[in-house]
Amino acid sequence: MTLGSVPPKFKVSIDRDQCMDCGRCIENCSYGVYRREGDKILTESRKCTGCLRCVAMCPRDAITLTEKPVDYRSHPLWTREVREDIIKQARSGKIILSGMGNARDLPVVYDRLLLDACQVTNPSIDPLREPMELRTYIGKKPSKLKFRKTESGDVELETKLAPNLKLNTPIMIGHMSFGAISLNSQLSMAKAVTELGTYMGTGEGGLHEALYPYQDHMIVQVASGRFGVNIDYLERGAAIEIKIGQGAKPGIGGHLPGEKVSEEVSKARMIPIGSDAISPAPHHDIYSIEDLVQLIRSLKEATEWKKPVFVKIAAVHNVAPIAAGIARSSADAVVIDGFRGGTGAAPKVFRDNVGIPIEVAIASVDQKLREQGVRNEISIIASGGIRTSADLAKSIALGADAVNIGTAALVALGCRVCGNCYRNLCPWGIATQRPELVSRLDPERGAVQVSNLIKGWTDELSELMGAAGINSIESLRGNRDRLRGYMLDEKMLNILDVLPAGA
Amino acid sequence: MCGIIGFIDRKKSRMDGSSIKAALSLMNERGSGDGAGYAAYGIYPEYADYYALHVFFDNLSEPKKKVDELLKQWGEIVHQEEIPTTPQPGIKKVHIPWRYFFKPSENLIAGRMASENDVVTYIVMEVNANVKGATIFSSGKNMGVFKASGWPEDVANFYRIEDYKGYIWLGHNRYPTNSPGWWGGAHPFNLLNWSVVHNGEITSYGTNQRYVEGYGYECTLFTDTEVVAYLFDLLGRQHGLSYEMVVKALAPPFWDDIDRMPGKEAELNKAIRLTYGSALMNGPFAIVVGTEDGIVGFTDRIKLRPLVVGENGNRLYISSEESAIRVLDPEVKNVYTPRAGEPIIGRFIE
Repeated sequence: MTLGSVPPKFKVSIDRDQCMDCGRCIENCSYGVYRREGDKILTESRKCTGCLRCVAMCPRDAITLTEKPVDYRSHPLWTREVREDIIKQARSGKIILSGMGNARDLPVVYDRLLLDACQVTNPSIDPLREPMELRTYIGKKPSKLKFRKTESGDVELETKLAPNLKLNTPIMIGHMSFGAISLNSQLSMAKAVTELGTYMGTGEGGLHEALYPYQDHMIVQVASGRFGVNIDYLERGAAIEIKIGQGAKPGIGGHLPGEKVSEEVSKARMIPIGSDAISPAPHHDIYSIEDLVQLIRSLKEATEWKKPVFVKIAAVHNVAPIAAGIARSSADAVVIDGFRGGTGAAPKVFRDNVGIPIEVAIASVDQKLREQGVRNEISIIASGGIRTSADLAKSIALGADAVNIGTAALVALGCRVCGNCYRNLCPWGIATQRPELVSRLDPERGAVQVSNLIKGWTDELSELMGAAGINSIESLRGNRDRLRGYMLDEKMLNILDVLPAGA
Repeated sequence: MCGIIGFIDRKKSRMDGSSIKAALSLMNERGSGDGAGYAAYGIYPEYADYYALHVFFDNLSEPKKKVDELLKQWGEIVHQEEIPTTPQPGIKKVHIPWRYFFKPSENLIAGRMASENDVVTYIVMEVNANVKGATIFSSGKNMGVFKASGWPEDVANFYRIEDYKGYIWLGHNRYPTNSPGWWGGAHPFNLLNWSVVHNGEITSYGTNQRYVEGYGYECTLFTDTEVVAYLFDLLGRQHGLSYEMVVKALAPPFWDDIDRMPGKEAELNKAIRLTYGSALMNGPFAIVVGTEDGIVGFTDRIKLRPLVVGENGNRLYISSEESAIRVLDPEVKNVYTPRAGEPIIGRFIE
């Protein structure tokens, strides 16, 4: 091997004075960092992913993790990452696989947008003492209403409303399939969204029987592999999402490594155990917008026009006209996934280089839909890197109806964003199908954690709105007047249609 | 702060502007001397079929030439003159107020311009957005807005408001917070026969603005109240909603209240909120809107600004303060304060 080894990513060290030799680190590390030799616990740092399971479980805080313990000669262009990727590919000749979202250190637009608050000329509203309305309806809305007078002289509504999903908070959980994540992860989230009155996606992995009790709060997905799709599945969902693309890997299909296709996963997906589940890059029945229209109508027809149908696309350069095309179909919502969106497995080159930020995508889609007079025809759901309630508030102020969270919900379940989701070894029991790992995640407790996170964000959103003198989410939506850009260039401000701070 | 007044005589018996001036001046504590204005309906009976376009010109050469050209391109000017004014020590005449009586040509009413109103709306938007040195601040029929920077009594004397007789009057005493010193920023705001006086600050302005701009309106007057006139025009005229429904859209009941309503009523209110969510006005406001067949007063959903109503026979009064109503009519009966979001509507009796 002429290439030799690359330096380890982490160095694991045990403080021997603190260690009580309990062996929890050995039990908990699914990557095999720890082993016992004689009466000593030894470490193999090279295997460490930085998932922090050992640190979290060590009763004595005896474990220390140091990132990048060995320095390369520093170079601004030939970074450590670039060099290691080249070495990796020189060895394997393959595409580099990665997990989670875009890991490049690019500027975050959210962090350069500032929210507003009231002073003197109008009162801020106190959500503890006054009503604060976050209720959000997702789906088609009429652009105007018609009324008629009845014989008795009463005014009656003539316009019929299309089916809408009612959300108590504008936060949903995006599509993470059974297969990519464990059943216990899905169960945790399903219980949480049911309790809170919001929704989650099934992903392209079918609907496991254990989730049937929560199906009224689950959005089923039809993606290019059609895994798990049959009429029973469609009928169970509260809504149906057609997945065209996702932010982590625009332009290519889903990828579930065979290691994660357990017996249960194989049943739910309707594929053989242990086989890689690779969805085609396009839907082979959708080569253009009119084909999408047909699929939407077919799904609606199959479910008797009772369910909203969403279309999820990755935020690519041309996202606004694409969304406008979707708004002209029978679709009820467009889900836009920004380039920071997470994934269980994606080629690294896609994850880190393809697509545009969600902030910009929301702004240009909302603008385009309004210019074309079709904004009411469709709801905008934004996803891909929503980290905090502030990101949520800014997304809505830019024009989104609601957001999907993914990584944030997983972090609430224990995920430490180590990015090794595709290996089926997730020590937190999230991105794995190994029963001994899955059992580490208790769905009851997981549900409480996820629900706590969404409640916390919801309360923070209420406070932010109240401070801005707004008591209804409709008045935050598209209210770019209440945003200011900080250290953003003029072109970016124009695209966002936001004034600079101080203006 | 700001003080507002609305008045209607439901039998169209006309009243001159002197008592409105007195009532508005009584509320000077609510203003700051930076702006006041009046809207009066029924003042141009001899030109009742023509649009009365009130314009602020910076000078009468270039800007006026452009407006003249635009009007002649789209129709006929039957009469035009400078609006008569009397110099006041408290008012610096920074604009020349002008009025045209105008009728759009029938030949040009086609396509996107489906009615006379569409043509006039287009002209207003075009002038205010693109003609430097000209602002059309009033564009209704048989009505007019008179406004400037100054105290209410000075503005009234400047325009000789007591010379006009109207069956609807709106008045506004301004304490500006977002565009002081600019005549166009004084209230009432007007488009066609819609005139708005407003006390408050609309925190949902950005949302409302994006919404109306999607329908071709352009917000050019640097203040939030402008959007209310356009919302009334869009919902009331273009979408044909009744005033009750417009108010339901702009200041809707809370979801908790809707959930308690009987089936059909709940469905109707839900439909309004879903359809017109972007028209919902948030933040503190008390508003009176003048229309071609009456006045509509309402407040925000949690009533962060005062609004008092009084009645006497055919006359309905709406104001920020009861004392102002009593100046207008010492004999006023049935004085009360409406609930948050409750529309107060005064219509003509045929």
